[in-house]
Amino acid sequence: MIPAGFDYRRASTVDEALSLLADGGEDAKLLAGGHSLLPLMKLRLAAPSMLVDIGRLQDLSFVREEGDSVVVGALTRHRDLETSDVLRQHLPLLSHVAGQVGDPQVRHRGTIGGSVAHGDPASDLPAACLALGATFTATGANGTRQIASADFFQGFLETALAPDEILTSITLPKATGAGWSFQKFNRRAQDWAIVGVAAVRGDRPGIGLVNMGSVPLRATAAEEALAGGASESEAAARATEGLDPPGDLNASPEYRVHLAQVLVRRALEEARAA
Amino acid sequence: MKVSVTVNGAAQEHEVEPRLLLVHYIRDVVGLTGTNIGCDTSSCGACTLLVDGESVKSCTMLAAQADGAQITTIEGLAGTEGNMHPMQEAFREKHALQCGYCTPGMVMAAVSLLEENPNPTETEVREGLEGNLCRCTGYHNIVQAVLHAASGAGSVTA
Repeated sequence: MIPAGFDYRRASTVDEALSLLADGGEDAKLLAGGHSLLPLMKLRLAAPSMLVDIGRLQDLSFVREEGDSVVVGALTRHRDLETSDVLRQHLPLLSHVAGQVGDPQVRHRGTIGGSVAHGDPASDLPAACLALGATFTATGANGTRQIASADFFQGFLETALAPDEILTSITLPKATGAGWSFQKFNRRAQDWAIVGVAAVRGDRPGIGLVNMGSVPLRATAAEEALAGGASESEAAARATEGLDPPGDLNASPEYRVHLAQVLVRRALEEARAA
Repeated sequence: MKVSVTVNGAAQEHEVEPRLLLVHYIRDVVGLTGTNIGCDTSSCGACTLLVDGESVKSCTMLAAQADGAQITTIEGLAGTEGNMHPMQEAFREKHALQCGYCTPGMVMAAVSLLEENPNPTETEVREGLEGNLCRCTGYHNIVQAVLHAASGAGSVTA
């Protein structure tokens, strides 16, 4: 399988990438690790006229503490999240989830920014970002702006990013010492989750759901129930309120609803015990 | 566009189409056919090679993205005098292959795994090879081979 032809430009700075993106027009796409985009291009489900390769912007590959937050550069690879001491200490959920994405080869190339900007509801990292209350920073010709993770995912593979913007970093409040859990249910080790649940407890609790709708989602009703003093089982029973999960070869919508409630309960129990 | 890489220690420079995948570059342009194409969807791991020392599925990377990189394929593991790499020796010693199709990718993934975790447990080996499929279901001996290589036993090139 070979992608359709395209022009290839390599950016060495964010400004250069923005300028190339503007030159490329509507059909230009950013290329980071390529592990979401290239498979789509090989299947001819995407055929951008130009790829702007930002994979070498080392300035956007970092994990650093800033006060009560941790800031992660958009081009930080899954492998680097997995092995980051800062994340292991302050955001172990994110570090763990990064280690569950794909397989080692994928984690050597894929980036958190690429995963988030792709906006696939079946991806693990967007759900973790939602659970952790992340804020995304986008840079465009007119400067930078912050987008709350709750407002970021807008439709199937659609995000709040404008076509001429670059996701540059992700800011997450520290969850040091808070209990957490990631429940990924799949049939083979490297598969996408049939359903996944990322949960964190403590001062800023959150529950993110993988593959339960057209976008990465928060289990809002369950979060509210838990905050209102409901038991873990009671909260989990409300995890799928208002959701319309997809059906596919692996699972019917009804099965996904059942699975999500079971996994949210397990996640909340594990996160409490942690 | 021009791509300059080092493949198994030798400098290579070619004019390529931007859409050329790394695996096709290695097989069809450089002419090293030890790296196999299996699923072509970054699932099976048959096309695994090392880019700057790390395992990568070369069906899901453009040759353009590898520009400037050090690439190691299965052909580059053995010593100059034909002596096998310890991982290759371990695969032979433990009979870690049947049909052999997954073997080049499996060996490269295993070399990368031990680079990151020199003394893995059996579970860590199994999880570390999750990106490589063997349809002869030969995982048992593959895992034994990687543990054998990690132990240093049978290494001939060290």
